[in-house]
Amino acid sequence: MALMEIEKPRSAQGVIDEVCQTIVRRATAGSAGICPVELAGAFVSLCAAQSCGKCVPCRIGLAQIGALIDAVLDGDATKADLDVLERTARTAYVSADCAIGYEAGAMVLRSLKGFRHDFEAHVRTGRCEGGPRDAVPCAAGCPAHVDIPGYVSLVGAGRFADAVRLIRKDNPFPLACGLICEHPCELTCRRGVVDDAINIRALKRYAVDHAPEMFAVDDEDEIEGVSTGADTDAADGEGERGSAAASAPYHHPETGKRVAVIGGGPAGLSAAYYLALMGHAPTVFEQREHLGGMMRYGIPAYRFPRSELDREIAWIVSQGIDVRLGITVPNDITLQEMRRDFDAVYIAIGAHDEKTLGLEGENAEGVLSAVEMLRAIGDGFLHHFEGQRIVVVGGGNVAMDVARTSMRLGAESVQVVYRRRVEDMTAQAEEIEGAIAEGCEICELMAPVRIVTEDERVVGLEVQPQVIGAVDHGRPKPVKAARPTEVIPCDRVLMAVGQAVGAAALDAGDLPVEWGRIVAGPFGQVPGVEGVFAGGDCETGPATVIRAIAAGKAAARNIDEFLGFDHIISVDVDIPPACAADRAPCGRSNTMERSAQDRMADFAMMEHGLTAQEAIQESGRCLRCDRFGLGALGGGRTFSW
Amino acid sequence: MVKAIINDISIEMPEGSSILSAAHAAGVSVPTLCTIKDVSDIGACRVCVVEVEGCERLVPACNTPLEEGMVIKTDTPRVLEARRVNVSLLLSQHKVECALCVRNGNCVLQSLAQELNLLDVPYEASIRTEAWDGAFPLIRDGSKCVRCLRCVQICSKVQGCDVWEVKNRATRMDVGVCAGLPIQEAGCTLCGQCITHCPTGALRVRDDVNAVLEALADPDVACVVQVAPAVRTSWGEALGLSLEVATEGRLAATFKALGFDYVFDTNFAADMTIMEEGSEFVERLGGSGDLPLLTSCCPGWVRYLKAHRPGWLGNLSSAKSPQQMFGALLKEHVGPKLGMTSENGPTRIFHVSCMPCVAKKYEAAVEEMAREEGADVDAVLTVRELIRLVRLMHVDVAQLAEIPFDDPMDEGSGAAVIFGATGGVMEAALRSAYFLVNGVNPDADAFSDVRGMDGWRERTFDIGGGCVRVAIASGLANAARLLDALEAGDVDYDFVEVMACPGGCAGGGGQPIHEARELAGDRGRVLYDLDQCRAVRFSHENPHVSACYEDFLGSPLSECAHHLLHTDQQTWKL
Repeated sequence: MALMEIEKPRSAQGVIDEVCQTIVRRATAGSAGICPVELAGAFVSLCAAQSCGKCVPCRIGLAQIGALIDAVLDGDATKADLDVLERTARTAYVSADCAIGYEAGAMVLRSLKGFRHDFEAHVRTGRCEGGPRDAVPCAAGCPAHVDIPGYVSLVGAGRFADAVRLIRKDNPFPLACGLICEHPCELTCRRGVVDDAINIRALKRYAVDHAPEMFAVDDEDEIEGVSTGADTDAADGEGERGSAAASAPYHHPETGKRVAVIGGGPAGLSAAYYLALMGHAPTVFEQREHLGGMMRYGIPAYRFPRSELDREIAWIVSQGIDVRLGITVPNDITLQEMRRDFDAVYIAIGAHDEKTLGLEGENAEGVLSAVEMLRAIGDGFLHHFEGQRIVVVGGGNVAMDVARTSMRLGAESVQVVYRRRVEDMTAQAEEIEGAIAEGCEICELMAPVRIVTEDERVVGLEVQPQVIGAVDHGRPKPVKAARPTEVIPCDRVLMAVGQAVGAAALDAGDLPVEWGRIVAGPFGQVPGVEGVFAGGDCETGPATVIRAIAAGKAAARNIDEFLGFDHIISVDVDIPPACAADRAPCGRSNTMERSAQDRMADFAMMEHGLTAQEAIQESGRCLRCDRFGLGALGGGRTFSW
Repeated sequence: MVKAIINDISIEMPEGSSILSAAHAAGVSVPTLCTIKDVSDIGACRVCVVEVEGCERLVPACNTPLEEGMVIKTDTPRVLEARRVNVSLLLSQHKVECALCVRNGNCVLQSLAQELNLLDVPYEASIRTEAWDGAFPLIRDGSKCVRCLRCVQICSKVQGCDVWEVKNRATRMDVGVCAGLPIQEAGCTLCGQCITHCPTGALRVRDDVNAVLEALADPDVACVVQVAPAVRTSWGEALGLSLEVATEGRLAATFKALGFDYVFDTNFAADMTIMEEGSEFVERLGGSGDLPLLTSCCPGWVRYLKAHRPGWLGNLSSAKSPQQMFGALLKEHVGPKLGMTSENGPTRIFHVSCMPCVAKKYEAAVEEMAREEGADVDAVLTVRELIRLVRLMHVDVAQLAEIPFDDPMDEGSGAAVIFGATGGVMEAALRSAYFLVNGVNPDADAFSDVRGMDGWRERTFDIGGGCVRVAIASGLANAARLLDALEAGDVDYDFVEVMACPGGCAGGGGQPIHEARELAGDRGRVLYDLDQCRAVRFSHENPHVSACYEDFLGSPLSECAHHLLHTDQQTWKL
């Protein structure tokens, strides 16, 4: 018999593996601004390279699909060619022998459906309608389009105040975003092509931490809406207090126009801030005791200390925003009255109502919604969970927030029950890891069935074990496992299964509503209600702080336009030149946290900022897409909008 | 200051200087393709790459700032390989038909290929072509475009027009007309700056040499040429003639040698423009009509206003440009008077104008300015076309004896000749306006303060009877800023001169092309020198102009003058 060779990995295979990993990184980092048709064509080429060549639809079909897509891109294709393309892709999908071929066909079909418009526009006009979009990928990925290469380089140059000034041109919340932004910018960061995205959020925090003078307010006592003295763990400001005037951006002359803003969260305050800079007089109506919206009533203090939130809001309000707290619409003032007394109204009431699962026992004592719990904490009321066994239902960031908050409130144990797998959770990976490190247990593939009560008090949660099943709408769907239900004994159940715009709020103003959200046009105007605009979570459904900020910024522009003006928001900061230094691969400096044991004991800030050494290295890793690539063409930025 | 070493030469440069400028200062030649000094350093072509000690990769010299202690080598094997490969790649997408190309011998890509000793290209040719309306004065041949984006940059940054844009991405990235519009509808002013800054033959002017040749060969035609002021500053450049040889007298002789029957000077019409526009200005100062008065000599500027800022058309002088005034007077008055056509001789006049300009080709064909018998200007030749004609007809310019321009439309005043430089129209107008107000001449150089190469200048002069606030802009982006400031009420002027091309006609889009050299300032100085030497330095003292008014027109702004020399700027559209 022939001898059997012990196979060792070929060295070429190692390189192939590396190339494959690079493709993954590159595909992620390069998603900003790409022409979807080009992308589909490139993907088909990759698929064709994987083909073994045996079956016809894969061997010839993929090559012909590639040629057809090329013809579309070259402007040589007709509408009939699109039909041929679709037929060929469908045939690859339904008749290829293995996944290499049929998945490629499926992808092309998905593309033809998902960006049909782009295919057709190429055929019709012979050119890419998108043009050279999104030259600077991070700024393109940021909903507020903050000039990221600009402030990253300013941090590297030690010009922290200028960095804050530059950020505030597009986003009045540099402090908040330095701490809690979801940083979609990092997802598209081109540095990912080399090694790993820049730690953009941490660099923003570094700038803010080192420019306390940019938060100087003349008379803090007069600022409404901040909870002075709620906690005292101020940032490591060097005690330097500049004058308020030095931090203030340019204000256009007063216009005499008044704008009512309903809701003092990130969307409302951003709109009010830019409206104030434009010379209008905004009044923010907030139904609660303090400003901040979900930043105060949703995000735990260990991620965003209240003193920091107050510092940011105090500065923003000091730029000319009138604040009215504890005002509910329509009880205290109706929308009609606002429309009468103000020149425009911006509705940014957020999404503060909890969703429920409609489980048996959901109203029992001991069942608490995450929204309710975090809201109480926002107003300074801390629950006592000492010695209690807590079960959290949900798999999003809010579920992690209440789980980790429960540990800090002294819970004996915290179990997070989720009906899918950990990797299917919508919570950010670092949030899940943080919760686990702090002692929370994740119980995956457990669907809540019923809340078990005794004397109308929670004693447990009955769950049905699940197995993960077929993919539906892009996510694998859990299905009932062939196992009996179990009961997880507990003292409290915290429901964190999503938020909704309050029904009461929606009914208040006779506004158009769809899918439980306020309807607004592409420029934020509420159809049929002249002079009323809406944006943020109440219009999009629960999203992120930076999306709300972007919505508020756009609202300010659109309201300004509605009021008959054309004010320009600009900043005068010169950006350090990009140097020629090689960008040799270099690890990313991640943000460090206090040890789990230490941080679990209190609500003080959990995260450490970067050190000077780390910040300089991290800033130097920036590829300066404002200067290299197509960013060079238009100067890489606009200093005004 | 920053110290560095380039090819073993120590050099000290101001902070922020590029490696390229440092290399130039050190006398080191670094080839470039896509860069335009002070306008574009986008680093697209990767031809100017150099070696910086300690850097893993090569860096582009054009946009890399010189750093303290840099040690730079500009011609290492790595550098040469990269340049050769990059230029070969460009050639693989370039329609290499140098023998048929208008830029043969004056093409950056061609000289790079020569310099890099490229004898073949190892890549398959892949050449993109696109349809273009060859009747439009500006022609783009995509098969010769190297996608350096110079045109995009110059049109956007210097001219503020954004006619060109980057279209498509990835391997299909290309230059296109903005928003995919036909070029006729894209707000192109036909300034021609994209042409004079194109490194290859991708952008060029419609060639009208053949039409002129036909006319010259036709015995039934009286061929008449008018020569614009700025032509005389530059026509010798491409023929290798010094200014001492390439004189006005030899320019006139050259046209005669080419076969023109009459060689006139546009300066005559420039003086007439001053009479008409100057009178219009004095009228408007007196309260009839909008101020500031905007000059109308430059058809690029006129196109700009019509396409981009139509709200200002009411301020535009109704005076035609010198080219068109000349044409109208030639065909209506001078031609018949001199008996250019007769029973036995030629039956019609073919009127050619030689201009440093692309937009003049458009202006000559504007229907609203034509008379019943046809256009006043039958063909417009740029300076580059003149040179091609000279070469074609083997005119040995240096051997020609100098002759004067023909009467009565001869060399004109010193005020007229400076029309070709930015500020020249203003200075000429102020000289005569002073006379109109005071009845005596000012010192001929009293208003020389308006000269200069700043893109936007403003001055105030007391010309008697009050101060006049004037402004001069060249380069349409500067003009746009000036209009913005006027609209915002930040500035207030009585009279504004605008020339579309930076530096005025001396830097015109029809001038000879010199890679990496901006010659508008130098050429302008030639005009100012000519002005100094002229016996007559005031438009109102041009004896032939005075005679023309006495014999024919009556007075400035007369009905006859209005009919022939003015146009309603509001009625005709692009």
